[in-house]
Amino acid sequence: MMKITYYPGCTLKSNAKNFEDSALCSLKELGVEVEELRRWNCCGTVYSLATDDLIHHLASIRNLIRVKEAQSDAVMTLCAMCYNTLKRVNERVKADPESLAKIHKFMDEEKISYQGDVRVRHLLEILRDDITFATIATKVRRPLKNFKVASYYGCLLVRPKEIGLDDLENPTILENLLTALGAQAVDFPYKTECCAAYQTVDKPDTVAERTYNILTSARDRGAEVVAVCCPLCAFNLDHRQKETARKYPEFKKMPILYFTQLMALALGCGEKDLRLDLHYIDPKPLLQEKGFI
Amino acid sequence: MRISISKRKIQDSFVEKVEELSGQKLLACYQCGKCSAGCPAVSQMDILPNQVIRFAQLGLKEELLESKSVWLCASCYTCNVRCPKGIKIAEVMEAVRQVLLRKRCDHVEVGKLTDEEKAGVPAIALISNFRKFTS
Repeated sequence: MMKITYYPGCTLKSNAKNFEDSALCSLKELGVEVEELRRWNCCGTVYSLATDDLIHHLASIRNLIRVKEAQSDAVMTLCAMCYNTLKRVNERVKADPESLAKIHKFMDEEKISYQGDVRVRHLLEILRDDITFATIATKVRRPLKNFKVASYYGCLLVRPKEIGLDDLENPTILENLLTALGAQAVDFPYKTECCAAYQTVDKPDTVAERTYNILTSARDRGAEVVAVCCPLCAFNLDHRQKETARKYPEFKKMPILYFTQLMALALGCGEKDLRLDLHYIDPKPLLQEKGFI
Repeated sequence: MRISISKRKIQDSFVEKVEELSGQKLLACYQCGKCSAGCPAVSQMDILPNQVIRFAQLGLKEELLESKSVWLCASCYTCNVRCPKGIKIAEVMEAVRQVLLRKRCDHVEVGKLTDEEKAGVPAIALISNFRKFTS
């Protein structure tokens, strides 16, 4: 049985519990054993871009040390921001021993001298490369028939290039997974367009504009739902539809689901593992209409 | 907008600081405009991404430090991955923000956010916002 060390991150334990529960149920159905790190802290949420800003890399390095302490050489993330931050910090210290030495001096209480030897992986990579989509297709109990799904990647799973898990301009990993689950993948031009991310705190109006552009484009291409892979994108595209509808009266609301919720549905997980109560736009009526729940 | 260019500005330590903080060679930019063409925030910007690079080359410190653009950039890296010269524009934006943040000129005042504004968004939004927009 395949065993994976798992780093959840802050939002997977609260607003994005639907992301976590559906991912864990899916992995169980796929015969994968998941072990959450016994201790973990915030990843830092964003990678520090300033060349001299080493102190903010500590949070990520500490998590990678926790992975080593768990006798593991790889860690799985679900959140796109955690994936990007942990992986970039890891790549930075691997390429820059001088910075790594400085970071170690800041962390003198750690027992392990981290050398950049943990692999940071996203769930999607594990599904594609280790389990394979062909195997997943054989385990589908409830095919997502006649369900038109647009895949939204956002930024941090695909950019920058050395971190991204697929083509940076035209990723297809989500579409390939959804096709294996029996859904009809809908292509649309906004799938890697930024949702304005954390500007949702101080500029919710900007997020409303992006949400309008992204979702209207997906709907125009025939999508009934948009699949996401980042808790911040999920919040912006789902909850900010309230502001979007206020700003654009003709805007038609649509449900947003994590790709893991769609996978859990197809693999036969129960409704309790989808945590549909955490959504702003209730996906239940559509899922009932399709006969999925 | 009327802009004055001078040798004094070009030689200002600000130019060096931006290059140092961003790790980028500003003069590598030949102003093709591809960064601005693909930027999702460009419609709200007062100085376009390619202009941010040009202004930084010329040491137009005041204009850059007062611009809205660096706070509209959400580091989505679309410009970085498309630049034919390999310049990391997002890093240059970060460098300008850092010049201000390191003088405690915060863009978001945490104390002024209402409880509703704070409770209405997930932890991931607050932490990343404060990491980017506060000192």
